[in-house]
Amino acid sequence: MFDLVSFIPRAVAQGIPLLFGSTGETITEKSGNLNLGIPGVMYVGAICGVIGAFLYEQNATNFVPLLGVLIPTAAALVGSLLMGLLYCFLTVTLRANQNVTGLALTTFGVGFGNFFGGSLMKLTGSEVPSIALTSTSNCFRTALPFADKLGWVGTVFFSYGFLAYVAIILAVIASFVLKRTRTGLSLRAVGENPATADAAGINITRYKYMATCLGCMTAGLGGLYYVMDYANGVWSNDAFGDRGWLAIALVIFTIWRPAVGIFASMLFGGLYILYLYIPSGMNLSVKEIYKMFPYIVTIIVLILSSMRNKKENQPPASLGLPYFREDR
Amino acid sequence: MNKKNHTSLIHISKRREVSLGRRWGIRALAIILAFVLSAVVTMIITGLNPIEVYATMLKGAFGTPRKMWTLGQEIAILLCVSLALTPAFRMRFWNLGGEGQVLIGGLACAASMILLGDKIPNALLILIMTVTSIAAGALWAVIPAIFKAKWGTNETLFTLMMNYVATQLVAYYIIVWEVPRGSGKIGIINQNTQAGWFPQIGNFKYLLNILIVLVLTFVVYVYMKRSKQGYEISVVGESTNTARYVGIKVERVIIRTLLLSGAICGLTGLLLVGSTNHTITTTISGGRGFTAVMVAWLANFNPIAMIFSSFLLVFFSQGAGEISTAFGLNQSYADIMMGIVLFFIIGSEFFINYKLHLRKNTGKEGA
Repeated sequence: MFDLVSFIPRAVAQGIPLLFGSTGETITEKSGNLNLGIPGVMYVGAICGVIGAFLYEQNATNFVPLLGVLIPTAAALVGSLLMGLLYCFLTVTLRANQNVTGLALTTFGVGFGNFFGGSLMKLTGSEVPSIALTSTSNCFRTALPFADKLGWVGTVFFSYGFLAYVAIILAVIASFVLKRTRTGLSLRAVGENPATADAAGINITRYKYMATCLGCMTAGLGGLYYVMDYANGVWSNDAFGDRGWLAIALVIFTIWRPAVGIFASMLFGGLYILYLYIPSGMNLSVKEIYKMFPYIVTIIVLILSSMRNKKENQPPASLGLPYFREDR
Repeated sequence: MNKKNHTSLIHISKRREVSLGRRWGIRALAIILAFVLSAVVTMIITGLNPIEVYATMLKGAFGTPRKMWTLGQEIAILLCVSLALTPAFRMRFWNLGGEGQVLIGGLACAASMILLGDKIPNALLILIMTVTSIAAGALWAVIPAIFKAKWGTNETLFTLMMNYVATQLVAYYIIVWEVPRGSGKIGIINQNTQAGWFPQIGNFKYLLNILIVLVLTFVVYVYMKRSKQGYEISVVGESTNTARYVGIKVERVIIRTLLLSGAICGLTGLLLVGSTNHTITTTISGGRGFTAVMVAWLANFNPIAMIFSSFLLVFFSQGAGEISTAFGLNQSYADIMMGIVLFFIIGSEFFINYKLHLRKNTGKEGA
């Protein structure tokens, strides 16, 4: 029997990092920046959180839970912000190619994460055998106190750490801002046609910087959630895997709508772990085929949206293109 | 708007023509700066002095004949993927699917070796491996191309997704063919009979790969610069409207170019499986599909210049690898160093293509 009550929380837990990543990437792409550095940014967010928590746990004499949460979160935000600034400086100010810059950012970010994840203990000369941030992780994982008492409702809706709810709130806010506010309208204009937006008096550079940096910070929280909540505060190299790319896939799947991302991310999370729940007997190989599902579904959405060619379902028109006022 | 006459202090304009000397001068400066910065970072982490940092890097790349051969092999494989991506990029078709196309080519090669090994003469087997690998790579690239040509489907994202489909497909077949059962890997294919292994030239294991890629570099160079098809590719890349106007069938050019691009990626997979590793893993491509994007771009899509740009990146990664081994650091150290070099070179392009004019605030403006 398919155990839905145990399946849903695991699907959600898988989906949350993707939701952070895709919300961030959607905001970024709406400004016309195709940031392929998101996987790297998520790694940097995660490792900065780990470094912050590690230093705090090692040095604090008595562990204050509030600081235990705030320090890693701040570290993750700063780390991913710096990555965002680097990307913007190269692509917006120096007008470099976005694909190349993004890929370089991913190489750097993944390397940065794995390097400090693997060498943190050696570099700080501490005696612990591995990075296991149990007390920090416990703070991040604290669920609402009444979750246990509500039976399956509690398990399905209230059993998550606070970052999961932050992810959903951020997606809702992003969706609202993009659709209903003047800022959102301007941002979309920048992504669709920067020349027109420029003529209308919108500061292209500022919008691109803001959107990309906020997007990176959001994505960085996804990395933080993964390591602190999902992975119980244990860092292992490459464990984050291809989730960053899956987040980019999710942006396409939701056709650039963060609110849709809330459910879509959980669907993706479900697809990601579906193979654990489908009885395949002794045949382990089939599980690898199931892991293809999220990508195939994304490809199908990409194809269908281009075939139907509805205006509101297209990528931002100037996605991936640099803007230089004098070029026209 | 309180400052009505506000003009920015720096004015930027596009350079018309950039002399070759200036172009490479700026790049060399960027590379030197990258070297300096990476040495500083290394100093902070390891406590080496800068001379030692460079010495260790040089040792890592050229220290022993074996290391030099590895360097050559790594350059050849990276260059091969970059060559594959070049025609597509020239056409402004962002083929980010090199990773998947290499994998699927390698998979086809491994499949031929496993299924047909010892059953048919070796020469025929190698022929079949070559054909299937190239066809598989081409197929993997042409799927996004067809959709791009017919419906304008975003190729960057499509090719990117195809990578993971290929990865999972390889993961599937690894379990199907795993030896021994339950190990989760294939192991060396046809270890005893060496069926389907590429011949070795003399005592040099990697020489054949290097020669093949060298020939290919020349072929791609001529194809891009001297052939009609190469010309069509650059016209389509400049402007699809112009291309249509002069009677080029854009859809056909897109599909044909991506067949070529995927075919060369498939060839890389063949070289990796049939000639170098004699096995397949999901990470056999090792991110080269992405690194190659940067190699090709750094070289301005010029195949000859790509020899240098792939040398530069491989040198950095081998050198940084040596530092991490020598100091017990994590191997990912190389990725950080590579990132630093890339950021500098990417940034330097701006100073090649644009000119900065400092405005003097003499009150003349805004009058």
